[in-house]
Amino acid sequence: MKSKFSPPIGKITQIKGRCISLIGNDIDTDRIIPARFLKCVNFDSLGKSVFKDDRETLKGKHPFDLEENKNATILIVNSNFGCGSSREHAPQALMRWGIKGIIGESFADIFYSNCIAIGIPCLTLPKKSIQEIQKNKDNKFLFLEIDLKNSLAKSKDLSLKLEIKESSRKMFLLGEWDATATLLENESLIENKYKDLPYLEFNSDLL
Amino acid sequence: MSQDTLFDKVWDLHKVSQLPGGSDQIFIGLHLIHEVTSPQAFGALKDKKLKVKFPDRTVATVDHIVPTDNQSRPFKDNLAEQMIETLEKNCLEHKIRFFNIGSGNQGIVHVVAPELGLTQPGMTIACGDSHTSTHGAFGSIAFGIGTSQVRDVLATQTIAMNKLKVRQIWCDNKLSKGVYAKDLVLHIINELGVKAGVGFAYEFGGPAIEKLSMEERMTICNMSIEGGARCGYINPDEKTFSYIKNKLCAPKNKHWDKALTWWKSLKSDENSIYDDVIKLDASKVEPTVTWGITPGQSVGINQQIPLLEEFSPNDKLVAEEAFEYMSFEPGQSIKDIPVEVCFIGSCTNGRISDLRIAAKVLKDKKISKNVKAFVVPGSEKVANEAKREGLDQIFKDSGFQWREPGCSMCLAMNSDKLIGNQVSASSSNRNFKGRQGSPSGRTLLMSPAMVAAAAINGKVSDVREFIK
Repeated sequence: MKSKFSPPIGKITQIKGRCISLIGNDIDTDRIIPARFLKCVNFDSLGKSVFKDDRETLKGKHPFDLEENKNATILIVNSNFGCGSSREHAPQALMRWGIKGIIGESFADIFYSNCIAIGIPCLTLPKKSIQEIQKNKDNKFLFLEIDLKNSLAKSKDLSLKLEIKESSRKMFLLGEWDATATLLENESLIENKYKDLPYLEFNSDLL
Repeated sequence: MSQDTLFDKVWDLHKVSQLPGGSDQIFIGLHLIHEVTSPQAFGALKDKKLKVKFPDRTVATVDHIVPTDNQSRPFKDNLAEQMIETLEKNCLEHKIRFFNIGSGNQGIVHVVAPELGLTQPGMTIACGDSHTSTHGAFGSIAFGIGTSQVRDVLATQTIAMNKLKVRQIWCDNKLSKGVYAKDLVLHIINELGVKAGVGFAYEFGGPAIEKLSMEERMTICNMSIEGGARCGYINPDEKTFSYIKNKLCAPKNKHWDKALTWWKSLKSDENSIYDDVIKLDASKVEPTVTWGITPGQSVGINQQIPLLEEFSPNDKLVAEEAFEYMSFEPGQSIKDIPVEVCFIGSCTNGRISDLRIAAKVLKDKKISKNVKAFVVPGSEKVANEAKREGLDQIFKDSGFQWREPGCSMCLAMNSDKLIGNQVSASSSNRNFKGRQGSPSGRTLLMSPAMVAAAAINGKVSDVREFIK
């Protein structure tokens, strides 16, 4: 593994780093982290197992094994990335490998929520722009700065308008993506809701 | 924006606030947990020095890692033992009801909650498992969440979420003989694609859906997520109410009458507005089998696997990947592809009605000598009922192994795994690369009846030839 992992904290306004391209649509979370690695009671050791089976199949030629991608932090993917299982182990494994932000054509819903909840911004670009970045071999695009304030991806000679759900963007800028504290601020509203829901009374016999 | 659908009504009822970022804070009426996605959430709670807010709204069982051959403790697999012990400890410490092995009520979380009557119309239901959409069959709004959101539900009984759009999927006519809910949902996913549901809740309706039993409806909603929809639901009706009545945790006596009145008020209004509507003819659906590496890559039993040029440019990339991984030829018939392993079980098709249908196909028949076949009941209740009806004996006489309840080879977190590039006929929900425990294993998804037919012939077969 690379340098010691430290999780993101607080406001996230920009991510700078080298890009790593992973080509393919509908890459599911079973592929990101195969189920046998879910036998754990913490996420600590997941980084080394990210894409384990795909990497073994490609015998060192998988993007996550290439020397040039060793210090990459921005993952570039195609459509419906992270479909399938709700396992948060998938973004946790990516994050522990070194990924700090993901740019793609589109993301599966649960994977997207999981990324937001652990501080990985997921942004989208049209298919054409993604393919341009993925095809590029001359390193021009390979170093990007994601600017969340202005929703831009910038490099030396490029500026691309990124799309991100406004609620997610605000959560990163406000430092409220780790939602527990924000949710707890409404404790009295939560308690009122608990009392008001019609079905809690129906279920009072057993619950 | 949708209006006056069941989804709108239930969402609005559970909305606690709008958060500063703009997403909604939604109250979770029922929280289900299991051993795989909860330990880190309890760990985070401890780190943040927080308690479980409403322990009465969380229910636990153990399913993903349990062995299906020998469930005596400690488990042979140390890591699996550690996971169940952690769940036992967390439930005890936080006073959460836990249906453990041997309780008579353990099983796959999405089989257990409905059969206990915990799943009810009008609830919001969340669980750290993508197949939580299953519970939508009862007219609840149910969706999978990740571990950080499990933490949030434990600590606050709420999550931050953006409201989904609603797509109505209207299914006309009825399924023909030998065609089941699994075939219909595979057909829907094939028609719409695996990412069409992103950002949507799917409302399944129409005559073909109304005719389905509650267990068949669960199969449909279960696989919403395979079409990209985090949530799928069906408006509740008399079948829903009579399924729930008298279940262990169902409302009783005067509470039942009150519940019924409220449940009847929940369904989507006649003139409700949907973000999108799709109509299809259920009578045209054939027994359906997947041939690729996404649940959308399927064909009817009498069809050929498509040629590459038949795919849209968007689907071609995954199709090429699928041909390479599966080693099938474009244009090849799906029928007669040899299978080596047959698996009946999972939260999609591990219920008593699934076992009854498969047993009917297998009665007085023997499975092929080239096939290893096993049936894993979805829960202890399913297993006990099957034994009471003598189904276990029919399975055993045919050559199937009869196992203990759990998720088993749907995702192969226990020792039930494919070996090498074996081909499995599976009643589960995902045919992803490596899903069934071997990095080169190949999964063909189909109905339990079709798995039984494949087991008998040792190859993909049309079950309608067995049930004339």
